[in-house]
Amino acid sequence: MDLLSLFTVFVLAIFVGNELISKVPPLLHTPLMSGSNGISGITIVGALVATGAGHSTLATVLGVLAVIAATINVVGGFMVTDRMLEMFKPKKDKKAVKE
Amino acid sequence: MSLDFFTQLTSIVYLIAAVFFILGLKKLSSPKTARQGNLFAMIGMLIAVLMTLFDRNILSYEYIILGLIIGGAIGAISAKKVQMTSMPQMVALFNGFGGIASALVAFAELYQQAGDVALHENITISLSLLVGMVTFTGSLIAYAKLQGIMRGAPIVLPLHQILNFLLLIGSVALVILAVMYPTEYILWALILLVLAAIFGVTFVIPIGGADMPVVISLLNSYSGIAAAMTGFVLGNSVLIIAGALVGASGIILTNIMCVAMNRSIANVLFGAVGTDGGATATGEKETRTVTSYTAVDAGIMLDQAQSVIIVPGYGLAVAQAQHVLQEMAQILMDRGVKVRYAIHPVAGRMPGHMNVLMAEANVSYDLLLEMDEINDDFQDTDVALVIGANDVINPAARTKKDSPLYGMPILNVDQARTVMIVKRSLGAGFAGEGNEMFFDEKTMMVFGDAKKVITDLVKTLKAE
Repeated sequence: MDLLSLFTVFVLAIFVGNELISKVPPLLHTPLMSGSNGISGITIVGALVATGAGHSTLATVLGVLAVIAATINVVGGFMVTDRMLEMFKPKKDKKAVKE
Repeated sequence: MSLDFFTQLTSIVYLIAAVFFILGLKKLSSPKTARQGNLFAMIGMLIAVLMTLFDRNILSYEYIILGLIIGGAIGAISAKKVQMTSMPQMVALFNGFGGIASALVAFAELYQQAGDVALHENITISLSLLVGMVTFTGSLIAYAKLQGIMRGAPIVLPLHQILNFLLLIGSVALVILAVMYPTEYILWALILLVLAAIFGVTFVIPIGGADMPVVISLLNSYSGIAAAMTGFVLGNSVLIIAGALVGASGIILTNIMCVAMNRSIANVLFGAVGTDGGATATGEKETRTVTSYTAVDAGIMLDQAQSVIIVPGYGLAVAQAQHVLQEMAQILMDRGVKVRYAIHPVAGRMPGHMNVLMAEANVSYDLLLEMDEINDDFQDTDVALVIGANDVINPAARTKKDSPLYGMPILNVDQARTVMIVKRSLGAGFAGEGNEMFFDEKTMMVFGDAKKVITDLVKTLKAE
């Protein structure tokens, strides 16, 4: 894609993000943060190519470090979000869960 | 067609991944669908990663697998082990790793192309290095402050703001140098990374512990922006979309936190407000005394109440008292007392943190009400039970113009018929401001450790 198309996508995505996030209630702001944190680990896509492309040793080393960091971000972010969201229970379910 | 089939397929699959991210965030708008939303985001990530593994530029997989295993294990173990009270520093750390990953990818790309990049690539690579590295070191400092490795109080260096300004100017100069003398690209990139690393530190150290929720939100946004910039470097739209979504999310949360404290973002970032918390109240020594009540007195009072609003603060979670509090609330509810929780937007140490802490103690989310939803109900409430919270009920926010709290929206506990405050001492809160509410004639102060006091309350209630 050329730069202008990429920029168009960027600007539109910011507006979409704005719309979506402003509808998330304060109740869920912590999971929102950790979940979106996991999403920002998407940079793993670039890290994978940098690592596996068989470039110079330095590029490979940088790539592996990037894969490790991004994977921590993705796996940790999503898992911790799931752990938190699992705890959010409505009133009715409570007795059922306890037993 | 200039694009071959595989490139087109990749683009379409990345688009599908982006749609999953968007749907995932959309489902986060309700606690009923939120868990599914997170699952959607995970599926989006899985799709993007799997598609990338088929990329024809990837020749070998051994290092990829190595990285995935190491990163996956560290991420999974951290996520499993972290306590809910430590969630802010965990998220800060994850943010930092996302930031450094983006910077590393950009650096690898620059190195691979041997500096032979177009003007706009040069700019986006520089931005990716800059934002990614600032996110990394800034997050590490935030982590250290929240974890107690570093003091929470603001650390202000001589000429701090001038130093920050020079670092920014230096970074911009390096981008220009990289454009003018591209043959020295490695040198420029390395200097830029060093400046960014220093800036990340000097940016976070002057910010007090109580303002960390704002910093974490902001760093969350930065990690998204870094990913989006890397997307520009690689010409990859899924990075740009995902990065922009996260960038927007962090900015919105930053803004909500600032509004909740009635402070501008500039004041939070440059105001160096706050203390280590608790110990150092400003102003003259308090000479007045308050009437102190026992847990038994409080139990008798609660036993007669028809309606109770509980105001939990971070101190409750520190004392690990949320579970016994839930037990107490359940006893009251079983007797037909109307019990609800009032959650101030800055309760806890990151946006929404208190809700997670209460959910962990099995409090159903229907009972967790935001300030705006519940503030009008205090006037019809018998007892407002405040545990481990201080600044969010401090009337100085309404009246005392020179207070650091002035203008912050607070919970109207003073409108309840009785205010019961469980607290260790008369010490000030994070903002270092004394609290007049402790001396109000309808206030019952119950001194002691939150867990012990509430355990005694439960005993008293059960005995009657």
